[in-house]
Amino acid sequence: MVKLALVALVVAACGDNAEPCGPDNFCARLSGWHLFDNIADQTPAPGVVPYDVNTALFSDYATKNRFLVLPQGAPATWSDHDALDLPVGTLLVKTFSYLHDRRDPTLGRTLLETRVLVHGDAGWHGAAYVYNDDGHDATLQIAGAILDESWIHDDGSQRTDEYVVPNENQCKNCHAEHDNTLTPLGPKVRHLNKAGQLEAMIADGSLVGAPDPAMWMRAPDAFDPSSGTLDQRARAWLDINCGHCHNPTGAARTSGLFLDVLETDPAVFGVCKPPVATGRGSGGFQFDIVPGKPDESIMVYRISSTEPEIKMPELGRNLVHAEGVALIRDWISAMPGGCTGFTGRHGQPTGHAPRS
Amino acid sequence: MRAIGLLVVLAACGASDDPCKGVTGTCKGLSEGASASDVEKALIEIAPGGTVAFGAGTFDFKVGLSLSVDNVTIQGAGMDKTILSFAHQTDGAQGLLVTANGFTMHDIAVENTKGDAVKILGGDRITLQRTRVEWTAGPNETNGSYGLYPVQCKHVLIEDCVVKGASDSGVYVGQSDQIIVQHNDVELNVAGIEIENSTHADVHDNVATKNTGGILVFNLPGLEVHNGAGTRVYNNQSYDNNTNNFAPAGNIVGLVPTGTGIAILAAHQIEIFGNQVHDHKTVNVGVISYVPTGIAVTDPNYDEYPTAISIHDNTLTGTSDMPTGQLGGLLISALGELYPQGPFIVPDIAWDGVKDPARVQQATGDYLADDKICIQHNGDADFIDLAWPLADATKPTTDMTPHDCAHTPLPEVATW
Repeated sequence: MVKLALVALVVAACGDNAEPCGPDNFCARLSGWHLFDNIADQTPAPGVVPYDVNTALFSDYATKNRFLVLPQGAPATWSDHDALDLPVGTLLVKTFSYLHDRRDPTLGRTLLETRVLVHGDAGWHGAAYVYNDDGHDATLQIAGAILDESWIHDDGSQRTDEYVVPNENQCKNCHAEHDNTLTPLGPKVRHLNKAGQLEAMIADGSLVGAPDPAMWMRAPDAFDPSSGTLDQRARAWLDINCGHCHNPTGAARTSGLFLDVLETDPAVFGVCKPPVATGRGSGGFQFDIVPGKPDESIMVYRISSTEPEIKMPELGRNLVHAEGVALIRDWISAMPGGCTGFTGRHGQPTGHAPRS
Repeated sequence: MRAIGLLVVLAACGASDDPCKGVTGTCKGLSEGASASDVEKALIEIAPGGTVAFGAGTFDFKVGLSLSVDNVTIQGAGMDKTILSFAHQTDGAQGLLVTANGFTMHDIAVENTKGDAVKILGGDRITLQRTRVEWTAGPNETNGSYGLYPVQCKHVLIEDCVVKGASDSGVYVGQSDQIIVQHNDVELNVAGIEIENSTHADVHDNVATKNTGGILVFNLPGLEVHNGAGTRVYNNQSYDNNTNNFAPAGNIVGLVPTGTGIAILAAHQIEIFGNQVHDHKTVNVGVISYVPTGIAVTDPNYDEYPTAISIHDNTLTGTSDMPTGQLGGLLISALGELYPQGPFIVPDIAWDGVKDPARVQQATGDYLADDKICIQHNGDADFIDLAWPLADATKPTTDMTPHDCAHTPLPEVATW
């Protein structure tokens, strides 16, 4: 009893009296950042602006609340393709939670973690806060955590997950869109171009440098057929789920497979592309995408797997995104043509049979 | 009072068995019993230039480890004493992922990772010494792909390491520059050592045995780093690499025929000398282009023909009449064309005979001098030009005379 009280005292002292939280001082508690008027309800404090994206990165069916905090008087600057240029002092905040019943959001949710990305003088810095059982505060976990969670799924079934909160280095593994430097992923024009969000930022002076709206990129909602063609929706899903690593400067650059939406060469986004270092990830198949044949395409095999050495993305996913897999299958099924090449396992040459 | 007593005990343990003993500079010691979370935390919090030192014992991990701090050393108490075990791994595509410069790892083992064991992405000055990577249940297609795996790195030294059981390559250096791979022992992998799309590599004094293929120098299309060149493979022992290919299908290494000593695929300026290569089911030394794979090449920067190859002063013995895989099929076909009655004894050195039409002399049909496949002074080693695709106009031949030439020796890779 005495010991417990002592620990509590020490922690409280650290949390309350220390310098303000910042890029070089990640507070022990989420509350130290003063981001929320009510953490449990995720009611943001003044200046903490919620935003949404057209198509979200899949995170084991967790729902997300996203917030942008710009420093006083310093606007974001437009970028056509990359994340908005956000000034030093910016915070990006994302809370992950499981709805108790996905069929009825009013039945409540379990808060899992809030990730905080801060733009300091030396670049971006990020860490995750894992919620206490009562959901009234969250604690910094730089080494990550594994959370056993369950919920009622869209179809009414009970689902469970060993939800992985990333450690600080794993944050970098995904958020290293360019040359191992930590960068925000979501706040790009094409993802934010939704429901007047960009217009509102321009109107209140928090976003400058925007070109004519006709020039703005917009990603469709991958799961709303009215928002884009099948090709556009599939590419949008690959863009947000894979493109942060699979691009010419990302962590998966060594594969030569680029899945960001800016890539226009089918051979580079996987059509008839043989893998390089896929190992068991090949599933015995020869090409990333075989037009018309989702069941022979490595891409489908890997996004359908939950085994660590096979699954894609490598991090942040322990469950299969059934809707995403269905979308990619449809996309590949609709592709015309086929691939030529050596087929079969350690087999015989296609061009020539042994003569005797 | 009890708490103080506990502290005394801990201090005593630390003093007698300090993993940091003898380390200069910042050091974080991790003794047996340290949790996975302690270890990851140490790798995140270590200061640049510091050392993370493991004591003797086995450390278990469910999630892959990662390091992104520059100039860090990870060390153990010996490759048979300190074991990072990933037998129960459920998350992470590697055992250890390093994205930092100046990384050193020594005297430690990494066992049974689900995917690659140690991947180093985009680092300069990478040193791996006396590190063992092993999948302990032997060759199996469910083993991880790569053992020691620097990719897009510069200045890579891998020495005195042991890698066993990788379902792709034991030691794999990809898309890198300035590489030394020496005095390693690679066994029971699909490929023992593979240098892929890399420039300036010295691979020497290694022992490669019981793999599917001993030492490979490959160039593949569709990568950011094109057309690897300038590899020397010398003074190695590559023998009895006859373990059935257990690579998951779809991998290029799955095409390596069981029983390959040294193979060159579409690489350039390669010098192979002073090696002892013997007892292979398919071929002791193979030189092939990407063309027979039949895979359409859409990469305009890819050069799919091996050129400027020099194979000299090697000891090549022990060939067979049961070559395997795609190359084996070609060998049997070619031998059948030469000797309809058999026997189909495979020569020591085989070349698919596919030449870049843009680089042949019009008059003779031979390669220009700088591009030739030169074969000299390999004792009584014999040779076959497979003349792929064995169209009627081209005949396989065992005549080595057109290959009696020498290229200027390649320079040594300088240390840094």
